Amino acid sequence: MFGHDWHQLWEIASSPDNVPIVALLFLVPFYMWYAFRQALANDRLIDTLAADPVAAKTQHRKTQPWNPKWDREVHTWPYLMRMEFLVALIITILLMVWSLTLNAPLEEPSNPNVTMNPAKAPWYFLGLQEMLVYFDPWIAGVVMPTLIIVGLMVVPYIDANPLGNGYYTYKQRRYAIWTFLVGFIGLWVSMITIGTFIRGPGWMWFWPSMTWDAERIEYTVNRNLDQVFGINGSWFHALFRVPQDQAAIWARAVFGIFPLIIFFLIGAWLVHKICMSTEFSRRIYKRMSLIQLVTMYALLILMLSLPVKMLARLVFNIKYVWVTPWFSV
Amino acid sequence: MAEDNTGNGRKPGVLDQVQELKETIQAKAKEQVEDLKQPEKTQLYRSIFRVKHDAEPRNRALSVLSNVFFHLHPAKVNRDAVRYNFTWGMGGITFYLFVVLTFTGVLLMFYYHPTKIQAFRDILYLENDVPFGKLLRNMHRWAAHLMIVAVWLHMFRVFLTGSYKRPREFNWCVGVLLLVLTLLLSFTGYLLPDDQLGFWAVTVGTNMARATPLLGNEGPFGSMMGMTPYNDVRFALLGGSIVDANALLRAYIWHCIAIPLIAAVFMILHFWRVRKDGGISGPSPVMLESEIKEEKGPRPVVLRPSGMDMHNR
Repeated sequence: MFGHDWHQLWEIASSPDNVPIVALLFLVPFYMWYAFRQALANDRLIDTLAADPVAAKTQHRKTQPWNPKWDREVHTWPYLMRMEFLVALIITILLMVWSLTLNAPLEEPSNPNVTMNPAKAPWYFLGLQEMLVYFDPWIAGVVMPTLIIVGLMVVPYIDANPLGNGYYTYKQRRYAIWTFLVGFIGLWVSMITIGTFIRGPGWMWFWPSMTWDAERIEYTVNRNLDQVFGINGSWFHALFRVPQDQAAIWARAVFGIFPLIIFFLIGAWLVHKICMSTEFSRRIYKRMSLIQLVTMYALLILMLSLPVKMLARLVFNIKYVWVTPWFSV
Repeated sequence: MAEDNTGNGRKPGVLDQVQELKETIQAKAKEQVEDLKQPEKTQLYRSIFRVKHDAEPRNRALSVLSNVFFHLHPAKVNRDAVRYNFTWGMGGITFYLFVVLTFTGVLLMFYYHPTKIQAFRDILYLENDVPFGKLLRNMHRWAAHLMIVAVWLHMFRVFLTGSYKRPREFNWCVGVLLLVLTLLLSFTGYLLPDDQLGFWAVTVGTNMARATPLLGNEGPFGSMMGMTPYNDVRFALLGGSIVDANALLRAYIWHCIAIPLIAAVFMILHFWRVRKDGGISGPSPVMLESEIKEEKGPRPVVLRPSGMDMHNR
């Protein structure tokens, strides 16, 4: 099963439509380094200025070179526009070279009778498709994308930290930056990477050196959490005199609420613990209104639900936590 | 001048007049060709460009302000913002790629019919027979992928520089919508070649819509709302219960007309707000923790008037 088929990996990586995701694997670390180099330089400057009130009043407070004789602003023409022109030129050349060397993929004419295996969404939606493993389509395909969009849009309104507006910094915005990195790189980019490189025929997990074998059969038994706990409704049956088959359904529906409540409580406790961990974070916490706090807590806990469900599924083979006749979570 | 030619008292003849005219025209032409060495003084040039383009501060400002395309920019910008390391140029690259995509997209439209019979053949025709057709299609596809990468990196940069903070909160929201529109633009384009790749990707994508709560036939409470495969939200997206001719036409119209128009409106808003919110956010001088102003009493934090105090932040 663990054949060393590195050719498979090369085939995936060199497939023209996967160029952007391979590029992203280099671009994201590069720009991360590029940003953090500036952030750390600014953080050192902040430390120096905080320790030296006189310098804080006289210094220009930037890491960029500075001369009191220079104007604070320069003319757009030519100083900015020549840069824009140059960037446009470079992008055009890049696109030309890319388009001359790699052809856009074109498969056979569409045929509803011949299923592609694996049938993959475009690379930028593979994160959502990967989520289908862990959640039902209404969560993975509808609720989660909505939450991502809404969550991103409320960011400016729940971030009560006034520091770090318009410059790179890590020290002054530790929590915001960690949240974004976990969301963007830890969840979004890495799930796309899994969807691209790991998921083969039947959306099964293939390690990078394994051949994508369409004949492979996986013997895993996924169980719901209530099955792990052996919920069969016998209490309901005895207490409320409901028929046994209905009692099992109701018992499962009621049982499932508890793990969710426990998850939300632990999640809230964890988020609260993080919010209260430093003197600065407590100061920011005090500035927040109730509506900001509730929104932030809810979104962070919901974000946490993805890695938790991934763990439950991949390690403990648990499919659903809460099973009801109408939907399952 | 005429006197010279009539020295013998003879009246000037036609030939003399022609000779005279020739000399005058020659002199005038010489003079005017000489003038063309300064094209910026011609009426034609002035009618187009309106102002001089000397390397003087006033003219440098005017060349930006008096040009409809350039006046998106302020006349002057933060000296440090011109460096690549702050913005990474990702917003500009995204916009440039949108322009490239519009250009190549319009050219592709000349060769494409959004019908089941012709769509795939049109791609084959483009690839094999249309001069530079293959290059055109490749550029359109790679520019689309690159645009998504650029949008993500733009968002990454804006987040890391805290540029969404007051007074730029609303513009961040507009940016998030533009990000979604970019993804939708790319997704609707995926189906258009009508090959197996696009067909199954769109099938997988739109199957999720089946599971929309309340509005999808397989979603929670969908059947209670009377949803069937023939009236739910997926049906509305595809114009049918399967990915077929109507879906192709809908994808085409969303891709070529509707979403670009909506995105253009949001782009206008996005760029305009960049200017109105005080230009790009930095690099601004660092702020110290000791300089945080304490909130004076309870205030409606989310609904506080913003942007009005941006000059004494």
